[in-house]
Amino acid sequence: MNHYLPLSHIPIGRKARVINLELEGFSRRRILDMGLVPGTEVEVLRRSPLGDPTAYLIRGTVIGLRKDEASHIIVQKQ
Amino acid sequence: MGEVCRSCAACQLSSTDSLRVQYNVNRGSEGDLIIALAGNPNVGKSTIFNALTGLRQHTGNWPGKTVTQAQGTYRHREQKFVLVDLPGTYSLLSNSVDEEVARDFICFGQPDATIIVVDATSLARNLNLVLQVLEITPKVVLSVNLMDEAKSKGIRVDLDALSQKLGVPVIGTTARSGAGLDELKEKVYQVALGYLETNPISVTYDPEVDEVVQKLLPKVKSLVQGIHLNPYWVAMRLMDGDESFLQRLTHYTSLGEVWPKGEAALCPR
Repeated sequence: MNHYLPLSHIPIGRKARVINLELEGFSRRRILDMGLVPGTEVEVLRRSPLGDPTAYLIRGTVIGLRKDEASHIIVQKQ
Repeated sequence: MGEVCRSCAACQLSSTDSLRVQYNVNRGSEGDLIIALAGNPNVGKSTIFNALTGLRQHTGNWPGKTVTQAQGTYRHREQKFVLVDLPGTYSLLSNSVDEEVARDFICFGQPDATIIVVDATSLARNLNLVLQVLEITPKVVLSVNLMDEAKSKGIRVDLDALSQKLGVPVIGTTARSGAGLDELKEKVYQVALGYLETNPISVTYDPEVDEVVQKLLPKVKSLVQGIHLNPYWVAMRLMDGDESFLQRLTHYTSLGEVWPKGEAALCPR
């Protein structure tokens, strides 16, 4: 099933593949510069105690993203 | 501000000099070559900087920014080089203070060559910055660092293929042990002095984008005359609506900044 959903909805320990970024301008640029281009695999590692931000494993590097940012990254569960 | 010619040798000389003065780049003498050192964070950039310059370095802040600037010197084949360590960044386009400093120095500091250090164990992530720098300047040498770590992880990097694809020299280095640094210095020497012509890969954009850029190009070309900046790249930034870049461009191309009064007198016109 090809189910697309925001990265912020992926549970801890699961992997997903980037489909699309619903962002424009510099915020889009910033996410792309982190290596989050369509097709990239992302693993959800852990959430901070207050639930935000969340740590993701992207291309071998751990990167923290806020819920607001992750909610604009559309992915497919793996 | 009177009319100043933008193409004579005297003006070119004074414009690059004053740009470097603004960045606190201290050349010991006229013939010293300025080399920028760029790269992502945590790729061993500082280890390369320390290995090349030894104790001949000093640190301060970039003018007007609380971002550390380190400068050092080294010699190769009787030629003195001033190495300027830029902040570690993933990009030159996202407008953080670090990225602005790195972008402005590569664009307006007019380095004689730029070394980009990349992590051999995560090339895909690192090549983003490489492509961005290659769009601005062709005078680039790539240092694929942490080759020892890559080897122990079972990663083999085809340096020749990478060099062919990118169109610039690519050197495998392990800065911790000093491996590859002599070859790196030699390539930087050749590129900075123009003995080695590079032929960097050019990024192709959508026809719709290209069409608009072509319309902008004539105006942009006359704007950046005398500064070694790729007009196509400048046009792209203007299309992005990159306010920060526009501000710096205005700053560095306005006659008053690039040609202070005393130096304008050098112009034979």
